[in-house]
Amino acid sequence: MAYSDKVIEHYNNPRNVGQMDKNSTAVGTGLVGAPECGDVMRLQIKVNPETRVIEDAKFKTFGCGSAIASSSLATEWVKGKTVDEALEIKNTDIVKELALPPVKIHCSVLAEDAIRAAIGDWKKKNVAMVEQTAGPVAVAAN
Amino acid sequence: MSTVLSEPKLPAGVHLPIYMDNHATTPMDPRVLEAMVPFFTNKFGNAASRNHSFGWEAERAVDLAREQIAKLIGATAKEIIFTSGATESNNLAIKGIAEMYRERGNHIITQVTEHKAVLDTCKRMEKQGCRVTYLPVNADGLIEMDDLKRAIDDKTILVTIMFANNEIGVIQPVEEIGKLCHERGILFHTDAVQAVGKIPVDVNAMNIDVLSLSGHKIYGPKGVGALYVRRRNPRVQIAAQMDGGGHERGMRSGTLNVPGIVGLGAACEIARLEMDEEAAILRAMRDRLKEKLESNLDFVHVNGSMEHHLPGNLNMSFIHVEGESLLMGINDIAVSSGSACTSATLEPSYVLKALGLGDDVAHSSIRFGLGRFNTQAEVDYVADKVIDVVQKLRELSPLYEMAKEGIDLTKVQWQAH
Repeated sequence: MAYSDKVIEHYNNPRNVGQMDKNSTAVGTGLVGAPECGDVMRLQIKVNPETRVIEDAKFKTFGCGSAIASSSLATEWVKGKTVDEALEIKNTDIVKELALPPVKIHCSVLAEDAIRAAIGDWKKKNVAMVEQTAGPVAVAAN
Repeated sequence: MSTVLSEPKLPAGVHLPIYMDNHATTPMDPRVLEAMVPFFTNKFGNAASRNHSFGWEAERAVDLAREQIAKLIGATAKEIIFTSGATESNNLAIKGIAEMYRERGNHIITQVTEHKAVLDTCKRMEKQGCRVTYLPVNADGLIEMDDLKRAIDDKTILVTIMFANNEIGVIQPVEEIGKLCHERGILFHTDAVQAVGKIPVDVNAMNIDVLSLSGHKIYGPKGVGALYVRRRNPRVQIAAQMDGGGHERGMRSGTLNVPGIVGLGAACEIARLEMDEEAAILRAMRDRLKEKLESNLDFVHVNGSMEHHLPGNLNMSFIHVEGESLLMGINDIAVSSGSACTSATLEPSYVLKALGLGDDVAHSSIRFGLGRFNTQAEVDYVADKVIDVVQKLRELSPLYEMAKEGIDLTKVQWQAH
Protein backbone atom coordinates (compact mmCIF):
# COMPACT_ATOMS: atom_id res chain seq x y z
CA MET A 1 0.00 0.00 0.00
CA ALA A 2 1.24 3.44 -0.80
CA TYR A 3 1.16 5.93 2.05
CA SER A 4 0.63 9.64 1.67
CA ASP A 5 3.61 11.91 2.34
CA LYS A 6 1.87 13.24 5.44
CA VAL A 7 1.37 9.77 6.92
CA ILE A 8 5.02 8.96 6.25
CA GLU A 9 6.08 12.26 7.77
CA HIS A 10 4.12 11.64 10.99
CA TYR A 11 5.34 8.04 11.10
CA ASN A 12 8.96 9.14 10.79
CA ASN A 13 8.59 12.12 13.15
CA PRO A 14 5.70 11.40 15.47
CA ARG A 15 4.69 14.44 17.54
CA ASN A 16 4.10 14.44 21.28
CA VAL A 17 5.04 10.86 22.05
CA GLY A 18 4.99 10.00 25.72
CA GLN A 19 2.89 9.78 28.79
CA MET A 20 1.61 12.00 31.54
CA ASP A 21 0.59 11.12 35.08
CA LYS A 22 -2.82 9.57 34.59
CA ASN A 23 -3.66 10.14 38.25
CA SER A 24 -3.29 13.90 37.99
CA THR A 25 -6.67 15.69 38.01
CA ALA A 26 -5.45 17.97 35.24
CA VAL A 27 -4.81 15.00 32.95
CA GLY A 28 -7.43 13.13 30.93
CA THR A 29 -6.51 9.75 29.48
CA GLY A 30 -8.22 7.96 26.61
CA LEU A 31 -7.25 4.36 25.89
CA VAL A 32 -9.14 3.02 22.89
CA GLY A 33 -8.94 0.02 20.58
CA ALA A 34 -7.84 -3.50 21.42
CA PRO A 35 -4.66 -5.53 20.82
CA GLU A 36 -6.58 -8.26 18.98
CA CYS A 37 -7.95 -5.65 16.57
CA GLY A 38 -4.42 -4.55 15.76
CA ASP A 39 -4.65 -1.03 17.12
CA VAL A 40 -4.60 0.58 20.54
CA MET A 41 -4.27 4.33 21.04
CA ARG A 42 -3.58 6.12 24.26
CA LEU A 43 -4.11 9.86 24.08
CA GLN A 44 -3.61 12.12 27.08
CA ILE A 45 -4.44 15.78 27.52
CA LYS A 46 -3.43 18.25 30.21
CA VAL A 47 -6.10 20.86 30.74
CA ASN A 48 -5.79 24.26 32.37
CA PRO A 49 -8.59 24.28 34.96
CA GLU A 50 -9.14 28.02 34.61
CA THR A 51 -9.29 28.38 30.85
CA ARG A 52 -10.18 24.76 29.96
CA VAL A 53 -7.50 24.98 27.31
CA ILE A 54 -5.58 21.82 26.46
CA GLU A 55 -2.04 22.89 27.22
CA ASP A 56 -0.30 19.63 26.46
CA ALA A 57 -1.07 16.34 24.77
CA LYS A 58 0.79 13.04 24.55
CA PHE A 59 0.14 9.80 22.78
CA LYS A 60 1.34 6.27 22.30
CA THR A 61 -0.11 4.01 19.63
CA PHE A 62 0.14 0.34 18.75
CA GLY A 63 -1.07 0.10 15.19
CA CYS A 64 -0.28 0.61 11.55
CA GLY A 65 1.40 3.69 10.13
CA SER A 66 -1.95 5.37 9.52
CA ALA A 67 -3.01 4.79 13.13
CA ILE A 68 0.26 6.27 14.37
CA ALA A 69 -0.12 9.27 12.05
CA SER A 70 -3.79 9.81 13.03
CA SER A 71 -2.99 9.92 16.72
CA SER A 72 0.12 12.03 16.23
CA LEU A 73 -1.97 14.53 14.26
CA ALA A 74 -4.71 14.44 16.90
CA THR A 75 -2.25 15.52 19.60
CA GLU A 76 -1.10 18.41 17.42
CA TRP A 77 -4.64 19.53 16.77
CA VAL A 78 -5.97 19.38 20.33
CA LYS A 79 -3.12 21.41 21.77
CA GLY A 80 -4.16 25.02 22.30
CA LYS A 81 -7.85 24.23 21.85
CA THR A 82 -10.40 24.31 24.68
CA VAL A 83 -11.94 20.95 25.48
CA ASP A 84 -15.13 22.02 23.74
CA GLU A 85 -13.26 23.04 20.61
CA ALA A 86 -11.34 19.75 20.66
CA LEU A 87 -14.61 17.84 20.74
CA GLU A 88 -15.42 19.34 17.36
CA ILE A 89 -12.51 17.54 15.66
CA LYS A 90 -14.06 14.97 13.35
CA ASN A 91 -12.49 11.82 11.96
CA THR A 92 -13.23 13.09 8.46
CA ASP A 93 -10.92 16.06 9.12
CA ILE A 94 -8.13 13.59 9.90
CA VAL A 95 -8.93 11.52 6.79
CA LYS A 96 -8.68 14.64 4.69
CA GLU A 97 -5.49 15.97 6.26
CA LEU A 98 -3.65 12.65 5.99
CA ALA A 99 -5.26 11.54 2.70
CA LEU A 100 -6.20 8.20 4.23
CA PRO A 101 -7.55 5.56 1.86
CA PRO A 102 -10.95 3.93 2.65
CA VAL A 103 -9.38 0.88 4.36
CA LYS A 104 -7.69 3.21 6.84
CA ILE A 105 -10.70 5.27 7.83
CA HIS A 106 -11.06 3.25 11.04
CA CYS A 107 -7.69 4.67 12.15
CA SER A 108 -9.15 8.18 12.03
CA VAL A 109 -12.29 7.00 13.84
CA LEU A 110 -10.11 5.58 16.56
CA ALA A 111 -8.23 8.88 16.86
CA GLU A 112 -11.51 10.78 17.24
CA ASP A 113 -12.60 8.21 19.87
CA ALA A 114 -9.30 8.72 21.68
CA ILE A 115 -9.84 12.50 21.85
CA ARG A 116 -13.38 12.00 23.18
CA ALA A 117 -12.26 9.39 25.68
CA ALA A 118 -9.46 11.61 27.00
CA ILE A 119 -11.81 14.58 27.38
CA GLY A 120 -14.44 12.32 28.96
CA ASP A 121 -11.89 11.10 31.49
CA TRP A 122 -10.82 14.63 32.30
CA LYS A 123 -14.44 15.72 32.74
CA LYS A 124 -15.18 12.78 35.02
CA LYS A 125 -12.26 13.74 37.23
CA ASN A 126 -13.37 17.34 37.29
CA VAL A 127 -17.11 16.98 37.70
CA ALA A 128 -17.18 19.58 40.43
CA MET A 129 -15.27 22.04 38.37
CA VAL A 130 -17.27 21.41 35.24
CA GLU A 131 -20.44 22.12 37.21
CA GLN A 132 -18.82 25.16 38.76
CA THR A 133 -18.19 26.81 35.48
CA ALA A 134 -21.80 26.23 34.55
CA GLY A 135 -23.22 27.67 37.73
CA PRO A 136 -22.38 30.41 40.23
CA VAL A 137 -18.91 30.19 41.67
CA ALA A 138 -18.94 28.67 45.11
CA VAL A 139 -16.27 29.24 47.68
CA ALA A 140 -14.50 26.03 48.42
CA ALA A 141 -14.63 25.02 52.05
CA ASN A 142 -11.37 24.24 53.74
CA MET B 1 28.54 26.35 -2.88
CA SER B 2 26.31 23.37 -2.77
CA THR B 3 26.87 20.47 -0.45
CA VAL B 4 26.57 17.03 -1.92
CA LEU B 5 24.97 14.71 0.56
CA SER B 6 26.36 11.25 0.15
CA GLU B 7 24.15 8.20 0.59
CA PRO B 8 24.79 6.40 3.86
CA LYS B 9 27.37 3.75 3.14
CA LEU B 10 26.04 0.23 2.82
CA PRO B 11 28.11 -2.77 3.79
CA ALA B 12 29.58 -4.86 0.98
CA GLY B 13 27.11 -7.40 -0.40
CA VAL B 14 24.04 -5.30 0.45
CA HIS B 15 21.99 -3.84 -2.38
CA LEU B 16 18.71 -2.17 -1.58
CA PRO B 17 15.93 -3.08 -1.68
CA ILE B 18 16.60 -6.52 -0.21
CA TYR B 19 14.26 -9.30 -1.31
CA MET B 20 13.56 -11.70 1.58
CA ASP B 21 10.09 -12.93 0.65
CA ASN B 22 11.02 -16.12 -1.17
CA HIS B 23 7.88 -18.01 -0.09
CA ALA B 24 5.81 -15.61 -2.14
CA THR B 25 7.94 -16.03 -5.22
CA THR B 26 11.59 -16.40 -6.13
CA PRO B 27 13.68 -14.53 -8.65
CA MET B 28 14.41 -16.66 -11.68
CA ASP B 29 17.85 -18.23 -11.75
CA PRO B 30 19.74 -16.83 -14.79
CA ARG B 31 20.59 -20.41 -15.79
CA VAL B 32 16.86 -21.15 -16.03
CA LEU B 33 16.24 -18.16 -18.23
CA GLU B 34 19.11 -19.16 -20.46
CA ALA B 35 17.57 -22.61 -20.98
CA MET B 36 14.17 -21.08 -21.80
CA VAL B 37 15.11 -18.36 -24.27
CA PRO B 38 15.45 -20.47 -27.45
CA PHE B 39 11.94 -21.85 -26.92
CA PHE B 40 10.44 -18.37 -27.23
CA THR B 41 12.14 -17.75 -30.55
CA ASN B 42 13.49 -20.25 -33.04
CA LYS B 43 12.41 -23.39 -31.16
CA PHE B 44 8.78 -22.37 -31.06
CA GLY B 45 7.15 -25.65 -32.09
CA ASN B 46 4.03 -27.16 -30.60
CA ALA B 47 4.98 -30.25 -28.62
CA ALA B 48 1.82 -31.92 -29.93
CA SER B 49 2.85 -31.50 -33.59
CA ARG B 50 3.81 -35.05 -34.45
CA ASN B 51 4.78 -34.68 -38.06
CA HIS B 52 7.59 -32.16 -38.32
CA SER B 53 10.89 -31.29 -36.73
CA PHE B 54 9.56 -28.17 -34.97
CA GLY B 55 7.15 -30.33 -33.03
CA TRP B 56 9.71 -33.05 -32.35
CA GLU B 57 12.17 -30.48 -31.01
CA ALA B 58 9.57 -29.10 -28.60
CA GLU B 59 8.51 -32.58 -27.56
CA ARG B 60 12.11 -33.57 -26.84
CA ALA B 61 12.52 -30.51 -24.64
CA VAL B 62 9.31 -31.30 -22.76
CA ASP B 63 10.38 -34.92 -22.28
CA LEU B 64 13.70 -33.79 -20.85
CA ALA B 65 11.90 -31.45 -18.44
CA ARG B 66 9.62 -34.29 -17.38
CA GLU B 67 12.71 -36.36 -16.58
CA GLN B 68 14.31 -33.52 -14.64
CA ILE B 69 11.20 -32.95 -12.53
CA ALA B 70 10.60 -36.65 -11.94
CA LYS B 71 14.19 -37.17 -10.83
CA LEU B 72 13.93 -34.46 -8.18
CA ILE B 73 11.00 -36.19 -6.47
CA GLY B 74 11.85 -39.83 -7.16
CA ALA B 75 9.11 -40.31 -9.75
CA THR B 76 9.12 -41.45 -13.37
CA ALA B 77 8.71 -39.04 -16.27
CA LYS B 78 5.33 -40.45 -17.29
CA GLU B 79 3.91 -39.53 -13.90
CA ILE B 80 4.39 -35.78 -14.44
CA ILE B 81 1.42 -33.72 -15.71
CA PHE B 82 2.08 -30.10 -16.62
CA THR B 83 -0.24 -27.36 -15.37
CA SER B 84 -0.28 -23.58 -15.10
CA GLY B 85 0.90 -23.66 -11.50
CA ALA B 86 0.20 -25.12 -8.11
CA THR B 87 -3.27 -23.62 -7.76
CA GLU B 88 -4.33 -25.52 -10.84
CA SER B 89 -2.47 -28.63 -9.69
CA ASN B 90 -4.28 -28.58 -6.33
CA ASN B 91 -7.65 -27.99 -7.98
CA LEU B 92 -7.06 -30.76 -10.51
CA ALA B 93 -5.91 -33.23 -7.86
CA ILE B 94 -8.77 -32.69 -5.42
CA LYS B 95 -11.60 -32.19 -7.88
CA GLY B 96 -10.30 -34.85 -10.25
CA ILE B 97 -10.00 -37.47 -7.50
CA ALA B 98 -13.34 -36.60 -5.89
CA GLU B 99 -15.03 -37.00 -9.26
CA MET B 100 -13.20 -40.17 -10.28
CA TYR B 101 -13.62 -42.01 -6.98
CA ARG B 102 -17.17 -40.86 -6.20
CA GLU B 103 -18.50 -44.40 -6.14
CA ARG B 104 -15.94 -45.43 -3.57
CA GLY B 105 -16.65 -42.58 -1.18
CA ASN B 106 -17.05 -38.86 -0.73
CA HIS B 107 -14.95 -38.05 2.32
CA ILE B 108 -11.85 -35.86 2.08
CA ILE B 109 -9.47 -35.07 4.95
CA THR B 110 -7.34 -31.95 4.99
CA GLN B 111 -6.07 -29.57 7.67
CA VAL B 112 -6.62 -25.97 8.67
CA THR B 113 -3.30 -24.35 7.68
CA GLU B 114 -3.44 -25.46 4.04
CA HIS B 115 -3.07 -22.87 1.30
CA LYS B 116 -6.33 -21.35 0.07
CA ALA B 117 -5.95 -23.25 -3.20
CA VAL B 118 -6.63 -26.41 -1.18
CA LEU B 119 -9.05 -25.01 1.43
CA ASP B 120 -11.27 -23.20 -1.04
CA THR B 121 -11.26 -26.19 -3.39
CA CYS B 122 -12.37 -28.39 -0.47
CA LYS B 123 -15.11 -25.90 0.39
CA ARG B 124 -16.40 -26.09 -3.15
CA MET B 125 -16.35 -29.89 -3.00
CA GLU B 126 -18.51 -29.70 0.14
CA LYS B 127 -21.11 -27.82 -1.90
CA GLN B 128 -20.93 -30.64 -4.43
CA GLY B 129 -21.72 -33.38 -1.95
CA CYS B 130 -18.35 -34.20 -0.42
CA ARG B 131 -17.75 -34.38 3.30
CA VAL B 132 -14.54 -32.65 4.35
CA THR B 133 -12.72 -32.99 7.68
CA TYR B 134 -10.41 -30.10 8.51
CA LEU B 135 -7.88 -31.41 11.04
CA PRO B 136 -6.60 -28.94 13.62
CA VAL B 137 -2.88 -28.33 14.19
CA ASN B 138 -1.07 -28.16 17.52
CA ALA B 139 0.80 -25.09 18.81
CA ASP B 140 3.78 -26.13 16.68
CA GLY B 141 1.66 -26.11 13.53
CA LEU B 142 1.75 -29.89 13.10
CA ILE B 143 -1.21 -32.21 12.70
CA GLU B 144 -1.55 -35.04 15.22
CA MET B 145 -1.43 -38.49 13.64
CA ASP B 146 -4.08 -39.71 16.09
CA ASP B 147 -6.48 -37.03 14.82
CA LEU B 148 -5.88 -38.23 11.28
CA LYS B 149 -6.43 -41.88 12.24
CA ARG B 150 -9.68 -41.02 13.98
CA ALA B 151 -10.91 -38.95 11.05
CA ILE B 152 -10.58 -41.79 8.53
CA ASP B 153 -13.77 -43.74 7.84
CA ASP B 154 -14.97 -46.16 5.18
CA LYS B 155 -15.98 -43.30 2.88
CA THR B 156 -12.58 -41.57 2.98
CA ILE B 157 -11.08 -41.40 -0.50
CA LEU B 158 -8.45 -38.69 -0.17
CA VAL B 159 -6.13 -37.16 2.39
CA THR B 160 -4.66 -33.85 1.26
CA ILE B 161 -2.05 -32.42 3.62
CA MET B 162 0.59 -29.91 2.60
CA PHE B 163 4.26 -30.84 2.79
CA ALA B 164 5.52 -27.54 4.23
CA ASN B 165 3.60 -24.45 5.18
CA ASN B 166 4.07 -21.23 3.22
CA GLU B 167 3.75 -18.93 6.24
CA ILE B 168 5.42 -20.71 9.13
CA GLY B 169 7.61 -23.16 7.20
CA VAL B 170 6.48 -26.11 9.31
CA ILE B 171 6.99 -29.52 7.70
CA GLN B 172 4.14 -31.99 8.28
CA PRO B 173 4.88 -35.67 9.06
CA VAL B 174 4.41 -36.57 5.40
CA GLU B 175 6.10 -39.95 5.59
CA GLU B 176 3.84 -41.10 8.44
CA ILE B 177 0.77 -39.74 6.69
CA GLY B 178 1.72 -41.55 3.49
CA LYS B 179 2.30 -44.80 5.33
CA LEU B 180 -1.08 -44.62 7.06
CA CYS B 181 -2.93 -43.75 3.85
CA HIS B 182 -1.18 -46.54 2.00
CA GLU B 183 -2.18 -49.06 4.67
CA ARG B 184 -5.79 -47.89 4.57
CA GLY B 185 -5.99 -47.76 0.78
CA ILE B 186 -6.65 -44.02 0.74
CA LEU B 187 -5.06 -41.67 -1.78
CA PHE B 188 -2.59 -39.13 -0.41
CA HIS B 189 -2.13 -35.79 -2.13
CA THR B 190 0.34 -33.21 -0.90
CA ASP B 191 0.77 -29.59 -1.87
CA ALA B 192 4.57 -29.60 -1.93
CA VAL B 193 5.08 -26.16 -3.42
CA GLN B 194 7.28 -24.93 -0.58
CA ALA B 195 9.13 -28.22 -0.09
CA VAL B 196 10.17 -29.40 -3.55
CA GLY B 197 13.69 -28.23 -4.31
CA LYS B 198 14.22 -27.08 -0.72
CA ILE B 199 14.19 -30.36 1.22
CA PRO B 200 14.32 -34.01 0.07
CA VAL B 201 11.03 -35.25 -1.40
CA ASP B 202 10.65 -38.87 -2.48
CA VAL B 203 7.20 -39.93 -3.61
CA ASN B 204 7.93 -43.63 -3.17
CA ALA B 205 9.67 -43.55 0.20
CA MET B 206 6.94 -41.22 1.45
CA ASN B 207 3.98 -43.04 -0.16
CA ILE B 208 2.79 -39.89 -1.90
CA ASP B 209 0.20 -40.61 -4.61
CA VAL B 210 -0.35 -37.11 -5.98
CA LEU B 211 1.86 -34.06 -5.51
CA SER B 212 1.59 -30.40 -6.56
CA LEU B 213 4.60 -28.26 -7.38
CA SER B 214 5.22 -24.89 -8.92
CA GLY B 215 7.95 -23.27 -11.04
CA HIS B 216 8.21 -19.81 -9.51
CA LYS B 217 8.89 -21.03 -5.98
CA ILE B 218 12.06 -22.79 -7.09
CA TYR B 219 13.77 -20.04 -9.12
CA GLY B 220 11.84 -21.02 -12.24
CA PRO B 221 9.21 -19.13 -14.24
CA LYS B 222 5.70 -18.14 -13.13
CA GLY B 223 2.69 -19.66 -14.85
CA VAL B 224 3.96 -23.22 -14.92
CA GLY B 225 3.62 -26.07 -12.45
CA ALA B 226 3.17 -29.79 -12.37
CA LEU B 227 1.12 -32.52 -10.80
CA TYR B 228 2.75 -35.83 -10.02
CA VAL B 229 0.19 -38.62 -10.48
CA ARG B 230 1.26 -42.10 -9.37
CA ARG B 231 1.00 -44.77 -12.09
CA ARG B 232 1.75 -47.91 -10.08
CA ASN B 233 0.77 -49.21 -6.62
CA PRO B 234 -1.80 -47.79 -6.91
CA ARG B 235 -2.52 -46.39 -10.36
CA VAL B 236 -4.21 -43.07 -9.60
CA GLN B 237 -6.91 -41.83 -11.90
CA ILE B 238 -7.91 -38.21 -12.15
CA ALA B 239 -10.94 -36.86 -13.99
CA ALA B 240 -9.94 -33.98 -16.28
CA GLN B 241 -11.35 -30.63 -15.21
CA MET B 242 -10.83 -28.97 -18.57
CA ASP B 243 -11.92 -30.39 -21.91
CA GLY B 244 -9.89 -30.13 -25.09
CA GLY B 245 -7.22 -31.91 -27.06
CA GLY B 246 -6.55 -34.62 -24.50
CA HIS B 247 -3.00 -33.55 -23.71
CA GLU B 248 -1.13 -34.92 -20.70
CA ARG B 249 -2.64 -38.40 -20.83
CA GLY B 250 -6.10 -36.87 -21.01
CA MET B 251 -5.80 -35.27 -17.61
CA ARG B 252 -5.00 -31.73 -18.67
CA SER B 253 -5.83 -30.44 -22.12
CA GLY B 254 -4.18 -27.39 -23.58
CA THR B 255 -1.09 -26.74 -25.69
CA LEU B 256 1.97 -27.15 -23.53
CA ASN B 257 3.77 -24.03 -22.33
CA VAL B 258 7.07 -25.25 -23.74
CA PRO B 259 9.36 -22.40 -22.59
CA GLY B 260 7.81 -22.52 -19.12
CA ILE B 261 8.15 -26.28 -18.95
CA VAL B 262 11.78 -26.11 -20.06
CA GLY B 263 12.34 -23.55 -17.31
CA LEU B 264 10.62 -25.69 -14.70
CA GLY B 265 12.77 -28.64 -15.74
CA ALA B 266 15.98 -26.61 -15.55
CA ALA B 267 14.96 -25.24 -12.14
CA CYS B 268 14.39 -28.78 -10.85
CA GLU B 269 17.71 -29.97 -12.24
CA ILE B 270 19.59 -27.14 -10.50
CA ALA B 271 17.68 -27.79 -7.27
CA ARG B 272 18.49 -31.49 -7.35
CA LEU B 273 22.21 -30.82 -7.75
CA GLU B 274 22.51 -27.90 -5.33
CA MET B 275 19.75 -28.43 -2.78
CA ASP B 276 21.78 -29.97 0.04
CA GLU B 277 24.48 -27.34 -0.02
CA GLU B 278 21.98 -24.53 -0.44
CA ALA B 279 19.82 -25.78 2.43
CA ALA B 280 22.82 -25.81 4.77
CA ILE B 281 23.69 -22.22 3.85
CA LEU B 282 20.09 -21.03 4.20
CA ARG B 283 19.69 -22.77 7.53
CA ALA B 284 22.86 -21.14 8.86
CA MET B 285 21.74 -17.69 7.67
CA ARG B 286 18.23 -18.20 9.07
CA ASP B 287 19.63 -19.27 12.44
CA ARG B 288 21.92 -16.25 12.48
CA LEU B 289 18.95 -13.95 11.83
CA LYS B 290 16.89 -15.65 14.54
CA GLU B 291 19.74 -15.51 17.02
CA LYS B 292 20.39 -11.79 16.42
CA LEU B 293 16.75 -10.86 16.76
CA GLU B 294 16.22 -12.98 19.87
CA SER B 295 19.31 -11.71 21.63
CA ASN B 296 18.60 -8.04 20.98
CA LEU B 297 14.85 -7.85 21.53
CA ASP B 298 12.51 -8.94 24.31
CA PHE B 299 8.92 -10.10 23.75
CA VAL B 300 9.66 -11.99 20.53
CA HIS B 301 7.92 -15.23 19.64
CA VAL B 302 8.95 -17.77 17.00
CA ASN B 303 5.87 -19.14 15.26
CA GLY B 304 5.79 -22.83 14.39
CA SER B 305 8.02 -25.76 15.28
CA MET B 306 11.70 -25.01 14.67
CA GLU B 307 12.43 -28.71 14.69
CA HIS B 308 10.28 -29.48 11.65
CA HIS B 309 11.09 -26.42 9.61
CA LEU B 310 12.08 -25.29 6.13
CA PRO B 311 15.68 -24.07 6.07
CA GLY B 312 14.91 -20.60 4.66
CA ASN B 313 11.88 -19.71 6.77
CA LEU B 314 11.59 -17.67 9.93
CA ASN B 315 8.23 -16.46 11.18
CA MET B 316 8.55 -14.25 14.20
CA SER B 317 6.19 -12.05 16.17
CA PHE B 318 7.47 -8.82 17.65
CA ILE B 319 4.88 -8.51 20.37
CA HIS B 320 3.42 -5.04 21.02
CA VAL B 321 4.44 -3.85 17.55
CA GLU B 322 1.91 -3.99 14.74
CA GLY B 323 3.21 -5.76 11.63
CA GLU B 324 2.27 -3.22 9.00
CA SER B 325 3.90 -0.38 10.91
CA LEU B 326 7.04 -2.52 11.13
CA LEU B 327 6.98 -3.17 7.38
CA MET B 328 6.65 0.58 6.84
CA GLY B 329 9.82 1.17 8.87
CA ILE B 330 11.81 -1.44 6.96
CA ASN B 331 10.55 -0.43 3.55
CA ASP B 332 13.88 -1.19 1.88
CA ILE B 333 13.37 -4.86 2.81
CA ALA B 334 10.71 -7.06 1.20
CA VAL B 335 9.14 -9.41 3.77
CA SER B 336 5.55 -10.32 4.66
CA SER B 337 3.36 -9.91 7.72
CA GLY B 338 0.42 -11.85 9.13
CA SER B 339 -1.09 -8.58 10.25
CA ALA B 340 -4.69 -7.94 9.28
CA CYS B 341 -3.72 -4.56 7.86
CA THR B 342 -1.57 -6.21 5.22
CA SER B 343 -4.18 -8.73 4.08
CA ALA B 344 -6.89 -8.18 1.53
CA THR B 345 -9.51 -9.53 3.92
CA LEU B 346 -8.42 -7.34 6.86
CA GLU B 347 -8.24 -10.52 8.93
CA PRO B 348 -5.04 -11.59 10.64
CA SER B 349 -3.34 -14.74 9.35
CA TYR B 350 -5.57 -17.81 9.70
CA VAL B 351 -2.44 -19.95 9.87
CA LEU B 352 -1.11 -18.18 12.95
CA LYS B 353 -4.57 -18.20 14.53
CA ALA B 354 -4.72 -21.97 13.97
CA LEU B 355 -1.64 -22.35 16.19
CA GLY B 356 -3.75 -21.00 19.02
CA LEU B 357 -1.94 -17.68 19.05
CA GLY B 358 -3.92 -14.60 19.93
CA ASP B 359 -4.80 -12.17 17.19
CA ASP B 360 -2.35 -9.73 18.75
CA VAL B 361 0.52 -12.17 18.09
CA ALA B 362 -0.62 -12.63 14.49
CA HIS B 363 -0.81 -8.84 14.03
CA SER B 364 2.82 -8.60 15.13
CA SER B 365 4.23 -11.32 12.90
CA ILE B 366 6.81 -11.04 10.16
CA ARG B 367 7.69 -13.80 7.72
CA PHE B 368 11.30 -13.82 6.56
CA GLY B 369 11.79 -16.00 3.50
CA LEU B 370 15.46 -16.48 2.72
CA GLY B 371 16.46 -17.74 -0.68
CA ARG B 372 19.27 -18.68 -3.02
CA PHE B 373 20.36 -15.11 -3.73
CA ASN B 374 20.41 -13.72 -0.19
CA THR B 375 23.80 -13.04 1.40
CA GLN B 376 24.96 -13.05 4.98
CA ALA B 377 25.61 -9.31 4.71
CA GLU B 378 21.93 -8.88 3.83
CA VAL B 379 20.90 -11.01 6.79
CA ASP B 380 22.95 -8.78 9.10
CA TYR B 381 21.50 -5.64 7.55
CA VAL B 382 17.96 -6.97 7.93
CA ALA B 383 18.53 -8.01 11.55
CA ASP B 384 19.98 -4.60 12.49
CA LYS B 385 17.22 -2.72 10.72
CA VAL B 386 14.42 -4.80 12.24
CA ILE B 387 15.90 -4.42 15.72
CA ASP B 388 16.17 -0.66 15.26
CA VAL B 389 12.62 -0.21 13.97
CA VAL B 390 11.06 -2.55 16.54
CA GLN B 391 12.76 -0.57 19.30
CA LYS B 392 11.51 2.73 17.86
CA LEU B 393 7.96 1.45 17.50
CA ARG B 394 8.00 0.08 21.01
CA GLU B 395 8.83 3.56 22.25
CA LEU B 396 5.51 4.45 20.64
CA SER B 397 3.60 1.42 21.86
CA PRO B 398 1.31 1.80 24.87
CA LEU B 399 1.17 -2.00 25.06
CA TYR B 400 4.93 -2.38 25.39
CA GLU B 401 4.96 0.27 28.09
CA MET B 402 2.14 -1.47 29.98
CA ALA B 403 3.79 -4.87 29.63
CA LYS B 404 7.06 -3.44 30.94
CA GLU B 405 5.15 -2.03 33.93
CA GLY B 406 3.95 -5.56 34.63
CA ILE B 407 0.34 -5.02 33.58
CA ASP B 408 -1.35 -8.20 32.36
CA LEU B 409 -2.75 -7.10 29.02
CA THR B 410 -5.19 -9.98 28.91
CA LYS B 411 -6.89 -8.59 32.01
CA VAL B 412 -7.39 -5.09 30.61
CA GLN B 413 -10.93 -4.21 29.58
CA TRP B 414 -10.31 -3.20 25.98
CA GLN B 415 -12.73 -1.14 24.06
CA ALA B 416 -12.90 -3.18 20.87
CA HIS B 417 -14.17 -1.40 17.82
